Amino acid sequence: MATAAEATRPLVGGDIRRKRSPASKLWRVALKKPIGAISGVVCIFLILVAVFASQLAPHAVDATTFPRLQAPSGSFPFGTDNLFRDMFSRVIVGSRISLGVGFGAVFVGTALGTLLGLLGGYLGGWVDLLIGRVLDVMLGFPPLVFLIFFISIFSTKGGFSFKSYLLISLAIGIIIAPTTARIVRGSVLSIRNLQYIEAAQCVGNTTPRIMFRHVLPNVVAPIIVIASIQIGNAILAEAALSFLGLGIADATHPSWGTMLGETRGSWQVAWWTAFMPGLAISAAVLSFNLFGDALRDVLDPRLRQ
Amino acid sequence: MAPYVVKRVLFSLLVLGVISIIVFSAVRVIPGNVCAIVLQTPDVTPQQCKAINSELGIDQPVVTQYFRYVGGVLHGDFGRSLITKRDVWTEMSERIPLTVELTILSTLFALILAIPIGVISAVKQDSAVDYGLRFLTIGWLSVPAFWLGTMLIIFPTKWWHYSTPVGYANIWEDPFKNLEQLYLPAIALGVALSASLARVVRSSMLEVLRQDYIRTARAKGLRERGVVVRHAFRNAMIPVTTLFGLQVGVLFGGTVVLESIFALPGLGGFTLAAVRAKDYSQVQAVVLLFATVLVSINLLVDLSYAWIDPRIRYS
Repeated sequence: MATAAEATRPLVGGDIRRKRSPASKLWRVALKKPIGAISGVVCIFLILVAVFASQLAPHAVDATTFPRLQAPSGSFPFGTDNLFRDMFSRVIVGSRISLGVGFGAVFVGTALGTLLGLLGGYLGGWVDLLIGRVLDVMLGFPPLVFLIFFISIFSTKGGFSFKSYLLISLAIGIIIAPTTARIVRGSVLSIRNLQYIEAAQCVGNTTPRIMFRHVLPNVVAPIIVIASIQIGNAILAEAALSFLGLGIADATHPSWGTMLGETRGSWQVAWWTAFMPGLAISAAVLSFNLFGDALRDVLDPRLRQ
Repeated sequence: MAPYVVKRVLFSLLVLGVISIIVFSAVRVIPGNVCAIVLQTPDVTPQQCKAINSELGIDQPVVTQYFRYVGGVLHGDFGRSLITKRDVWTEMSERIPLTVELTILSTLFALILAIPIGVISAVKQDSAVDYGLRFLTIGWLSVPAFWLGTMLIIFPTKWWHYSTPVGYANIWEDPFKNLEQLYLPAIALGVALSASLARVVRSSMLEVLRQDYIRTARAKGLRERGVVVRHAFRNAMIPVTTLFGLQVGVLFGGTVVLESIFALPGLGGFTLAAVRAKDYSQVQAVVLLFATVLVSINLLVDLSYAWIDPRIRYS
């Protein structure tokens, strides 16, 4: 509530609000949300690791010249696996597929979900009803069962390629899209009857122009929030598929889930072969989840459940 | 209420119809030669292939094939395996009890864990306990079930030389051995579910605790314990039902992975084996089964809403 003194202060010319630089704004948010800030830094660190993976990895991922199943030590921080390979290098390079598919899938899912939510929410009527049923059908498949089914139809066999990367991102994007669509639809419904939309209609804007120029920019905050929360889920989904041997990894493109699944025969004698890749998955998912949570509190507290 | 029930049931049937069309046609467009899969060899003569096609009915128009298939499914006939030639439904139905049991056990475990955590977190909102529990649940959400399952196999063996009994035991024949085989995968699967449930229990409790009737209950001098347990908790459980409906699908996916890790003969192992062997009559049957159960559970959750919460009115 504004006090009387604040209310009578002149609105023009006075220094009502100090202008803050973006850096200073960011710093104030970070102080308020320390866990979110730390996880944000970890996320950036993980992304940098993925980008510079080949420079950071001490050994080649397919080098098989090391002692077999060595426990973690100074020279092999994460140990070596059953095929004489250095796990540390493989975990570093494995971040590429995990984060790459994570971001790719969320990009596909967000684009698809936003389009469906925007169309349904703004146009309403039979379009909304139809899109609602499409989403029901998508939600009618258990997510992992859908992924297994999708991968078995459009086989990703043959290891890593741009095509198999697109395919797995598309598959995971499809299971992500319904959640995004529902949230976007809800946000669109809450603004579609506001005056500025009415004004835009009155001056003769076309419907697509109103949707993309006037409605979309005003629902960007919830879209960013839900996308950031879904990155963790996408990474988990890719890891589960890879673990089952349905991923896109090959000898020179390791993935955390594949590393965990492939070493199955040596779990009992060499715990680190299962522990280290799983730790990497959990750490990545945890930091993206915490970051997404903090982002939601800052950008769109209404989404809080 | 009655029109709402009819409408919801019809929508669910429509959804299942569309799902069956998607599954059926997706299997038909799969690249690769059906004859090669049936005979398990890449060298197939055109004569052999023609015989197989007419045996499977693939030479018929697709629409005829679809209605024939759906007609069969409605009578419990999912066709035969392309490779073993065994009846798909017979093979699937042997494996259903284990998957159902694993799903139920994980849900029970998740509820036992989630309810106290969510309630304590809400009652002690913004205290150190609340922050600790919230951090814990978001941590659990980030741990993949298949990794937790793996750790539950490795570390008990490493530290105490403990491992679950080998060779699957039916629950009706040897319940103790059966439960000993299932409790570890149930824990692994239940942890992630408990995390998302606990978060909903917390937020739902917080909302209920702000209601007028809670103030009334306090004003008339009830003990806080009675207010929380008798008045708040029961109402707070309503949104938890919805979340559970949404999470069943995730649980089903989880059973696929955990059955594979713990070598349990359930539907999950069946699905993976079918996908690896490209036995598409099995794949389409099991995907349809999972989808049907999921859609039905969500229908039941929606319908039970009106029964649990009489304030909800349907138009």
